[in-house]
Amino acid sequence: MVVVDALSKRFGKLEVLKGVSAAFAPGKVTAVIGPNASGKTTLMKCILGLVVPDTGTVTIDGEPARDNPASRKAVGYMPQEPRFPDNLKVSELFEFVQDLRGERPAGLDELIDYFELRPHLNKPLRVLSGGTKQKTSAVLTFLFHPKVLILDEPSAGLDPVASSRLKDRILRERDLGATVILTSHVMSELEELTDEVLFLLEGTVRYAGTLDAIRAGTGERRLERAIAKLMTGEVRLDDGFRLLMSEPRGEVA
Amino acid sequence: MSTSLKVMKYAFFDLMRSRWVLIYTLFFLAATGGLLYFGDDAAQAVLSTLNLVLLIIPLVALMLGMNHYYYTRDFVQLILTQPVSRPSVFLGQYAGVALPLATAFVVGTGVPFVVYSLTHRIDAGLVLSLLGAGALVSLVFTALAFWLGLANEERARALGLALGVWLALTVVYDGLVLYFIVLAQAYPIEGAVMAASVLNPIDLSRILVLMRLDAAALMGYTGALFSTFLGSTTGALVALAALVVWVAAPVGFGLLAFRRKNF
Repeated sequence: MVVVDALSKRFGKLEVLKGVSAAFAPGKVTAVIGPNASGKTTLMKCILGLVVPDTGTVTIDGEPARDNPASRKAVGYMPQEPRFPDNLKVSELFEFVQDLRGERPAGLDELIDYFELRPHLNKPLRVLSGGTKQKTSAVLTFLFHPKVLILDEPSAGLDPVASSRLKDRILRERDLGATVILTSHVMSELEELTDEVLFLLEGTVRYAGTLDAIRAGTGERRLERAIAKLMTGEVRLDDGFRLLMSEPRGEVA
Repeated sequence: MSTSLKVMKYAFFDLMRSRWVLIYTLFFLAATGGLLYFGDDAAQAVLSTLNLVLLIIPLVALMLGMNHYYYTRDFVQLILTQPVSRPSVFLGQYAGVALPLATAFVVGTGVPFVVYSLTHRIDAGLVLSLLGAGALVSLVFTALAFWLGLANEERARALGLALGVWLALTVVYDGLVLYFIVLAQAYPIEGAVMAASVLNPIDLSRILVLMRLDAAALMGYTGALFSTFLGSTTGALVALAALVVWVAAPVGFGLLAFRRKNF
């Protein structure tokens, strides 16, 4: 369970998050959606402690995350574009992270095979393709048996095989009770994975609910169009909307 | 603490892979060895090496420190998503760059003096003060490099600032002190000039070494004042203490900046 309460963050003049509050439930995949620059990545980085919020708190499984590295013990993070040191080899990177944490979890070999990384283990990270880097990042994300998964556009650059395997893995972790927080612009991915949606617009939460409710509310069966309608503001979402969403069919215009 | 050591080990090996530290060590070996071999006078060699300390170490520490900082920025982000505390990551990274640089200087300069001492008499205290001053200057300027890196998102800007700091402390500073002395010669300015030298780690390291030589003529005005007013021992201790503050302050400011930084 991840709870963020009244998170605000300002970068210079730009107010990226304006009092975002949300709860991410365990055993569910919650997709954070919204137009580019709506604060999705900043929200995720606040949860990870990479970005220090100006005000507000983050709680991970009951523990406050601020200045509390131990709260990240069970958090796995897949960044949008993983960047690794050029000189390290893939196997050395795995070695370093395990050494840093002082943990040697079982299952590294299995994960390496699962994401078909074995042929690349002795290559320096700098020569890897974007997709292979993403697979490396995926192995690190799942390696330490995370209870919270934070995935920023996880399947960007992955081939269909790897992408399906990643999705299977995410769903498996979810079924085992992990809290999964995801951003994606790939609609099929959202459709396949998402249980809950948190819709961000200009740094505020505009809607929290299910995908079906968005479809119903916007009157669009196709998810991409439904979300686009939300983003462009063709369909206004106000507080009342949220209540309507919980009903079987809502007429909102 | 153990996180610091692991990050330090990583930064150290990364630095070693770039071979710059090796070249840097060989440079001091060749320079000091050459000075001792051809000059055949340990005190002279110390003075000449001191000039290298004052010019080369700050520049190399600034450039390599900054290069490492920007080069590993993304990787540091990955490290920080692990359950590790920010201060320990910063200290480990700093130590992993600063200590090898200081060691490179101490080994590169120390070894020729040790070899020379097998056949000649040398003033061990003088050589040690040179090695200590060079090591401290390495620590000071690596810390400044990290701090400048943290304060500036943009690499080019930070590099420009670093070059500015280097020029200001090596060249401009001496000129300004001299100008001030000429302007204010009618007044009792000893205190002000001594305070000015505390503001410059390069001047401090010069004073630290020359205090051992008792060569007032070479100390410049600030050094001579230190020697006259504080005496050699107290003067050296004051200079040493000020240099330690010069290490601690930028490391401390860097630590604070690193804790608040958004990645």
